[in-house]
Amino acid sequence: MRAGDFLILKTKLFGKVYSFKNIKDVLAKANEEKAGDALAGIIAGSSAERVAAKVVLSEITLEELRNHPVVPYEEDEVTRIIEDSINEEAFNKIKSLTVGEFREFLLSSDEPSIKKIRDGLTSEMVAAVTKLMSNMDLVYAAQKIKNPATCNTTIGKQGTFSARLQPNNAKDDIEGIMASVMEGVSYGVGDAVIGLNPVGDNINMVTLVLNKFKEFEEKWSIPTQNCVLAHVSTQMESLKRGAPMDLMFQSIAGSEKSNRAFGIDVAVLDEAYALMQEKKSCIGNNFMYFETGQGSELSSEGHHGADQVTMEARCYGLAKRYHPFLVNTVVGFIGPEYLYNGKQTIRAGLEDHFMGKLTGLPMGVDCCHTNHMASDQNDSEILEMLLAEADCTYIMGLPVADDVMLMNQTTSFHDVATIREITNKRPIKEFEESMESLGIMENGKLTEKAGDPSIFMV
Amino acid sequence: MDEQWVRDISAVDYTSRVTVRNPKSIEACVKLKESTNARVCVGRAGTRYRTETLLRFLADHAAANDSVWSDVDESLVDRLGFFKIKTLVRDKQEYITRPDLGRKFSKDTIEEVKARCIVNPDIQIIAADGLSAFAIDANLEDTYSIISDRVRAKGYKMGTPIFVKYGRVATMDAISEALNAKVTVLLVGERPGLVTNESMSAYMAYDSSTVKPESQRTVISNIYNDGTPTVEAGAQIAYLIELMMKEKKSGIDLKL
Repeated sequence: MRAGDFLILKTKLFGKVYSFKNIKDVLAKANEEKAGDALAGIIAGSSAERVAAKVVLSEITLEELRNHPVVPYEEDEVTRIIEDSINEEAFNKIKSLTVGEFREFLLSSDEPSIKKIRDGLTSEMVAAVTKLMSNMDLVYAAQKIKNPATCNTTIGKQGTFSARLQPNNAKDDIEGIMASVMEGVSYGVGDAVIGLNPVGDNINMVTLVLNKFKEFEEKWSIPTQNCVLAHVSTQMESLKRGAPMDLMFQSIAGSEKSNRAFGIDVAVLDEAYALMQEKKSCIGNNFMYFETGQGSELSSEGHHGADQVTMEARCYGLAKRYHPFLVNTVVGFIGPEYLYNGKQTIRAGLEDHFMGKLTGLPMGVDCCHTNHMASDQNDSEILEMLLAEADCTYIMGLPVADDVMLMNQTTSFHDVATIREITNKRPIKEFEESMESLGIMENGKLTEKAGDPSIFMV
Repeated sequence: MDEQWVRDISAVDYTSRVTVRNPKSIEACVKLKESTNARVCVGRAGTRYRTETLLRFLADHAAANDSVWSDVDESLVDRLGFFKIKTLVRDKQEYITRPDLGRKFSKDTIEEVKARCIVNPDIQIIAADGLSAFAIDANLEDTYSIISDRVRAKGYKMGTPIFVKYGRVATMDAISEALNAKVTVLLVGERPGLVTNESMSAYMAYDSSTVKPESQRTVISNIYNDGTPTVEAGAQIAYLIELMMKEKKSGIDLKL
């Protein structure tokens, strides 16, 4: 590896000199303001220092970023997964670009040109260019990139906007869960997945709910995917015992240490992937589902002094290994010590979506806020609308956006229907056809009959 | 003339109210509502919420938000005889963004605790605002009274109850170490949701210590009117105190 001799980590701005310790420091200080970077003690000391860091970052080459991962190769398996998967031919095409030039390349290129170089990227490069992007840049660049994936149906095609139906229930009550499922489908929601976060992490619950969802999908001929978002080890046991599982879920982080805090490592994920190949109930070759979110590495003290945007990008680098059907950031879930307010949450949502898309993932976003953040539903609605413009693959759908189990607010069944109508987007085709047969949708819009869950109670 | 007001929307039981226009089966909707407290069968205006749904959502969010940014009623903790201290946090905003500071005290505070509170107690009760002041306002008095009555009846030595402003869970470890308490009980406001902003948790540990992992703690959560009511919670806590005193352990080490 090349030594850092030629790296210039110093600049002058309006008469004042700013110098940075190393690339990790530049990456951190070039970030837009985030509470989590302040909590980690790595944030820029002033707005001017933030811009100075962006200036220095703009002159660093992609090769230098590859040579300086924020967590050393020898210490961390996530770094190794990302580094070892680089396509050298693609890398050679872009290695001499500076981050500033790379930004302009992304903004001025079309989708095929971007996809040609994509496998030459490390997550540090993806994160770095994000730090030089404005919010509209992030929407514009992400909108170019479509990453379709196929489980039972194909998500992420041009002109579609999908949703996970999230029927969480504080008591894991199956009737209550199904009430939310019926309500959601009656709004045309659930084409990405019908996926429950269970309260209790146990095999019987996973099996019971997977079967219940399958039964409902079959009874009403609704082509979609089912999932119960328990720990991967619990889902594996359920799968071994024959549960019908279309998607296997796991929360992941951007470092080996933080993945251990989730009770996983690459070996476990590899095992889960292999087991799904053998026993999955879906048709397609994309059958993994991952969730991420800025701040989770710091919260488990596995951030290695790096900023939360870079650590988040590394989650996507890891996710890519498993050709997932769904990946979504849960932006705003961990709380205000990571994303303080609506402004920071909107920024993080756009960053994560862009980074996931650039990495090659069918990226969705859970636009979420807790009640101790300086944020509200208006902020979430702004983010949803921006994401729709960015051709985000999917968002969440909950009854009136209120997660009665996780005790926070996300986005609603109504929001999904509204976004489709105002952006003229559709659900996944087969799902839409099924909604038409049920009389819920017509020409891509809800009918009079929609929004009435009692149609499923006959 | 009689005073007139617009109806109190917070008094409506939205969990049983169906607002779908012309549903296929109203009976089925009622049945669905009975099975969940999620906001189903709400109907729509175009693709958006009906006005009633929107206003109730806003009201519940406001209530949750206010409980985070409000302070505990100090006259209540005074009346109950709590000794009041504060963490290193200076204000609510700092409290929200710096969980590390909400776990620590200044040296002076610790010295004051040592000087003015009963040392070597069997049972040390602590209350902290946490993320919901309203949870403490609503549940502290009853819960504390039940615990202290039962514990005294057993002949245990009760410590001086302490109230921590801007306090997070781990403050119980520092206080326990300062006073050399056997069992420490922390009553703290939980992060509020739209369902309730009054939910309190009780964290309990034997020989609570800053060097032990979080698994040293036994937790009872969801203490509020429609969750675990204070009477029941107080009795459970008193039972656990007795068990911890007998077994000299807590958390995952304590077999329940």
